[in-house]
Amino acid sequence: MLRILHQIFRTGIVTEPLPQGAEKEIALVGARLEEAIRRRFRRSLTIRQVDAGSCNGCELEIHAMNNPIYNCERFGMHFTASPRFADMLLVTGPLTINMERTLLRTYNATPPPKLVVAVGDCGFNGGIFGESYASLGGIGKIIPVDAYIHGCPPTPADLLNGILKLIGG
Amino acid sequence: MNGLGRALFAAISTDTNKDIDQYPADAAAYRIPRGQFREAAKRMKMAGARLVAEWATDETPFGRGFGIYACYEKDSEYLIVKTHAPLEDPTFPSITKKFVPAYRFERQMKSLMGVIPLDHPDQRPWIKHEDWPQDAWPLRKSFDPAKPLQRISGKYEWIRAEGEGVYEIPVGPVHAGIIEPGHFRFQAVGEDIINLEERLGYVHKGIEKRFEGMSWEEGVRLATRVSGDTTVAHALTYCRALEAMSGSNPPKRALWLRAVMLERERIANHLGDIGAICNDAAFSFLLYQFSRLKEMLLRTNYKFFGHRFMMDTIIPGGTAVDISQDGTEEMLREMDWLKKEFNRLVVIYDENPSLEDRVRDTGILTPEKARDLCVVGFTARASGLNIDCRIKNPFPPYDRIIPKVPVLKSGDVHARVWVRIEEIRESIRLIRDLLNTLPPGPIKSNLPQPPPDRAGFAVVEGWRGEIVYWLQSGPNGEINRCMIRDPSSVNWLALEQAIHGNIVPDFPLINKSFNQSYSGHDL
Repeated sequence: MLRILHQIFRTGIVTEPLPQGAEKEIALVGARLEEAIRRRFRRSLTIRQVDAGSCNGCELEIHAMNNPIYNCERFGMHFTASPRFADMLLVTGPLTINMERTLLRTYNATPPPKLVVAVGDCGFNGGIFGESYASLGGIGKIIPVDAYIHGCPPTPADLLNGILKLIGG
Repeated sequence: MNGLGRALFAAISTDTNKDIDQYPADAAAYRIPRGQFREAAKRMKMAGARLVAEWATDETPFGRGFGIYACYEKDSEYLIVKTHAPLEDPTFPSITKKFVPAYRFERQMKSLMGVIPLDHPDQRPWIKHEDWPQDAWPLRKSFDPAKPLQRISGKYEWIRAEGEGVYEIPVGPVHAGIIEPGHFRFQAVGEDIINLEERLGYVHKGIEKRFEGMSWEEGVRLATRVSGDTTVAHALTYCRALEAMSGSNPPKRALWLRAVMLERERIANHLGDIGAICNDAAFSFLLYQFSRLKEMLLRTNYKFFGHRFMMDTIIPGGTAVDISQDGTEEMLREMDWLKKEFNRLVVIYDENPSLEDRVRDTGILTPEKARDLCVVGFTARASGLNIDCRIKNPFPPYDRIIPKVPVLKSGDVHARVWVRIEEIRESIRLIRDLLNTLPPGPIKSNLPQPPPDRAGFAVVEGWRGEIVYWLQSGPNGEINRCMIRDPSSVNWLALEQAIHGNIVPDFPLINKSFNQSYSGHDL
């Protein structure tokens, strides 16, 4: 137990602070994001992430948003297990034919009003996997997309920025 | 000729031909009559070999019908057994009853290439879902990949348990966390799991077919994206297979840089996973601590290699990036820092009784089962199998800086964690060694185009385990086939076996301790 406390004390708070910090971008984006979430989502933006066929690179960066450095929960964003509770679907692509039906069902299970963000170059147009017998290409092929976040994969900062742009911070 | 080759000849000597022209040095390949395919598997089993992969090719551009291949390994010797099936009779004897992993390889060959394993115990498709037309075989040359797939109605039959109190839990394809899609069907009584059946294929993107329309140089970008957490190892295996078939030798500095990146990828993924396993045992403290260390490594990757996951840094003939003297020194300092931080956290992991209670004796994969299932990587090393192709089949610079990997026998979640803890320590040592001996010079050599009708084969120990690429050039030297075997392709079977006798709430923990790639499996 002492070791744990000692480690906590030693580590301190690694989350990049809001006003000044190693990465100004995160701080600025974060502050505006927090404000937008407070205004439009009553302090809580709930996200359901759906992998509709990705290589799992985008998932790693979405995970990283939750690590103590980015700590996206401090802005009021958090991830939910059920689409029923979600304000936003964060969908990675390319959209595979084997996920088409599932994505549609997840979308329909999300109560309106809802936002859809397609993540990564593959979520936009299929990326390197393109359109083929197995890949339908971008997420927009079957559900309406409100915003695209480009990158292969987009960095955690890109993701925070993309979400901010959509919710109008 | 080595052990496996001799065993094969002893059985079917009169009709066995060494495929010297098509298949150069890196793995011996033998052509045998179709009727002997199962006999060959039996001999390999008797010789103590492991089935590495089984796959099919469409060789109609050469007028040869279908090629059926099985690759075996024993004591660092890889051997490929090949046979042909004519177009009008695309069948071959199943080897599933000799080697368990062939169970899925053959279902996949049947689903995607339309070659039928005779006497296979399971006729259901794999990867190909029930709403695909029966005759859609995407890997055949006659199949047009650009045409959208027609959909039909169909039903997938699950294995069901019956009896009083037995119930079924369907999980997925969309899971609770931020992970890839796959379906798990549990048969349970109370909390005890009687059976787990996996169903994958949701992220099948048609990668193997996509390779066939690409140039060799473009191909590496696709190989990089087979599994986003293993970008370096996949790109490296592809490049090594390609370099083997075109006879290219990357400069020394490139080899060193590739190894540095491979080990950095190993550390980053192990760190993230150990934290996530602790989190699944409700010890979130270590999740945040380990993910802090991982993030620092990713940032250094970005700083010196231009990408957090080092995508597109490895190219055929060498590497696309070089590091400066400053970069070398900073990375060395980072390794010192990491070692100290990491060791402190390991003590906390090791001394925590509530964590120990969850991870010990949970999700046991016994050494016998591990051997039968031909598992690879840290999963194999946690179940008593000493398999690591960095040691068994070293390529430079691994032949100089031989890694020492731990082998544990208990096969539980703790063993898989502990093997990875030791591997991180070893990788830190390797990176320090590599950076201290980084040779000067260029980072890329020219890559001659491969000649027609050749094959290249390579294995690389990624962080999950042995990755295999087998490439074949067509009549004009283009990509005719790119066979990828991610470690997950075999290790997924092990999860089904390790779960028996465990309780449902331990499933996330056990699953995380394997942490397999859906994308690398589904392709």
